[in-house]
Amino acid sequence: MTAWEFTAVVWILSFAAGFLGALTGLGGGVVVVPALTLALGVNIKYAIGASLVSVIATSSGAAAAYVREGFSNIRIGMFLEIATTLGAIVGALLAGRIGTHALAIIFGLVLVQSAYHSFKGAPDDGHPVESDALARHLRFGGSYPVNEKRQPYGVRNVRTGFGIMFGAGALSGLLGIGSGAVKVIAMDRAMRIPFKVSTTTSNFMIGVTAAASAGIYLSRGFIDPRVAMPVMLGVLCGALLGAKVLVHAPVRTLRAVFAIVILALAIEMIVNGVMGRV
Amino acid sequence: MNDRRLERIIGRLLQTGVLLAAAAVAAGGTLYLVQHHSDRVDYRAFVPGSQDMRTLPGIVRSAAHFNGEALIQIGLLLLIATPVARVAMAIIGFALERDRLYTVVSLIVLLILAFSLIHFT
Repeated sequence: MTAWEFTAVVWILSFAAGFLGALTGLGGGVVVVPALTLALGVNIKYAIGASLVSVIATSSGAAAAYVREGFSNIRIGMFLEIATTLGAIVGALLAGRIGTHALAIIFGLVLVQSAYHSFKGAPDDGHPVESDALARHLRFGGSYPVNEKRQPYGVRNVRTGFGIMFGAGALSGLLGIGSGAVKVIAMDRAMRIPFKVSTTTSNFMIGVTAAASAGIYLSRGFIDPRVAMPVMLGVLCGALLGAKVLVHAPVRTLRAVFAIVILALAIEMIVNGVMGRV
Repeated sequence: MNDRRLERIIGRLLQTGVLLAAAAVAAGGTLYLVQHHSDRVDYRAFVPGSQDMRTLPGIVRSAAHFNGEALIQIGLLLLIATPVARVAMAIIGFALERDRLYTVVSLIVLLILAFSLIHFT
């Protein structure tokens, strides 16, 4: 393959990944890495390096809009970033030591979790209005727009959330993904923060988390400019378009289709990892 | 300074950073493709490239010689710097709000990021 052909094919794949990632809220990283390694035979270390870069681009691009609309909670985000950035450094250091086969298998397992998450969709249970003592001390409570009004919410279980966030950061640093799904679990399930606030705050945190491992990726040579260039530009363009059509898309059907695609990629990733072909 | 105003400033900062980075990556990418469009590429084996693409001084030196790949790396460095700038902005914003707790929280995040970036590049 020539450099020109490679760039064009990767751009198109990344565009599709960014577009679907934005529509389903799963981010482009989970699709870009298997697409590069399985379809084009790119070494998984280059793939996760390029993916990490695209994750920073899409999260910062989308966060700009969410933050302005007043959905994300910058206090919660900032506090939990202490956990995710520390986790990201640990994860990125591990990525340099772990072999490519093992990385592929771990990636496949995380994909299975993402597929499951995509099938289940947004939970619709009630949320507490009162914060517990620690959350109150940290002034985590806030409000978010619901039908032109601002709905107040409280926050619970800060310690559990903080612990899960360290794990989310470690996965992000290890696999070059945003690990938004794990961040949402920490906030939505453990800390009982409303789903919309959880997803937008998670998105807001992804860029900072990824930046913490980016330096390590760069110095270890994971970020090859020839691979990262079409991935970053493709995913960014796809995500921007995805955010525009988001309102009109049949999200439920799309998520189900996407979940099946991810599950198929997950199985292929794990099989290839076990057979030592990735 | 209040929370809403701080949020808007942070939003604009993020957008500008991403656009600047994308422009640099696109410019570097064009230069790279003009020079190397028919090179054979194969990324099956992981070979950590030369220091010129992996350290800040190396990247800056190569970009000064109009090396397309180094220019892409400059764009990616700008991209990495965007969330870091966001954290720095939050420190200033919380300090102006006289919110001591969150000024310190933001400062800790910035120190972790600075440690990682300086120590490893």
